[in-house]
Amino acid sequence: MTEYVTLSLILFTIGAVGVLIRRNAIVVFMCVELMLNATNLAFVSFSRQHGNLDGQVAAFFVMVVAAAEVVVGLAIIVSIYRTRRTTSVDEASLLKS
Amino acid sequence: MTAFWVLAPIMVIAALGLLFARRAVHAALGLAVVMISLAVLYAVQGAPFLFAVQIIVYTGAIMMLFLFVLMLVGVDSPDSLAETIRGQRAAAAVVGLVFGIVAVVVIAQGVTGGVTGLDKANADGNVYGLAGLLFGPYVLAFEFTAALLITAVLGAMVLAHHERLTPKRSQADHAAQRMRDYAETGRHPGNAPTPGVFARHNAVDTPALLPDGTALHDSVPPSLVERGQVREARAADVTDAARQLESDEGGDEK
Repeated sequence: MTEYVTLSLILFTIGAVGVLIRRNAIVVFMCVELMLNATNLAFVSFSRQHGNLDGQVAAFFVMVVAAAEVVVGLAIIVSIYRTRRTTSVDEASLLKS
Repeated sequence: MTAFWVLAPIMVIAALGLLFARRAVHAALGLAVVMISLAVLYAVQGAPFLFAVQIIVYTGAIMMLFLFVLMLVGVDSPDSLAETIRGQRAAAAVVGLVFGIVAVVVIAQGVTGGVTGLDKANADGNVYGLAGLLFGPYVLAFEFTAALLITAVLGAMVLAHHERLTPKRSQADHAAQRMRDYAETGRHPGNAPTPGVFARHNAVDTPALLPDGTALHDSVPPSLVERGQVREARAADVTDAARQLESDEGGDEK
């Protein structure tokens, strides 16, 4: 059980660091997906530990929300790319000064 | 446990690819490897329904969506390496490392107690058990996900839609424009003449000949003129052709 939770935490940390250091908005999005997947692994593992299926239902809902989030997020990236011809998160700084 | 020890290193390496891959496509491939391995781990841990959903929804739908957007945006756009905030990359790496170590130590120690296993919960089959929960205690949340998905679809449509700024020109508009050009500038309203008409060759690089035997240079595509690949019509071609026609007629009469 500890191994699964540890793997889940390692994946979550990699995803979080990726969100912080990558510049390409699409790769940042992929790192968010990696974090969601890591939490799903933890949900499923704890579901097995406690012997009931509520954790698996939670993982299922996480997947649904992730699908909806990806659809809207990628549409936002595409529309930003259409107007600014870039997907770098540093370039979207119109509100800054 | 064998599946775990085989897959865990692969997953960690593929996830690190997400951090270090220069091209977004390579990062997407690494993420796909992680997702498929996760599906196998779900199957090992008594969640066959989530195994199928993980492969269908994540690797099938979400990764395809990522790859489609990568193709739309341009596969070759490299990640800019300039730091906007000085030392942000190193600081993020350090904070991530510290967070990872603390979380692994604390939470992994906090996980105590034996593993019950899902044999009892999955007694009627995993899908029946999940259905009993989804359409029982969680039915309200399930209904809300339906609303969420429809909202997401509408949002994506609104964001991806873009308004036509100029009115669409119909065939009638084009015809009227051609006649107006003819009245104002004298530009011929009909088709451009095709190359090779009345000439000895009908290839596109041969200009058409006018009735008096002179070459009509407008009939050759402008790109060939630009490259200097136009075959010149020789004045002697016309007399050659006339002589050949006469001899052919003479041959037919025999």
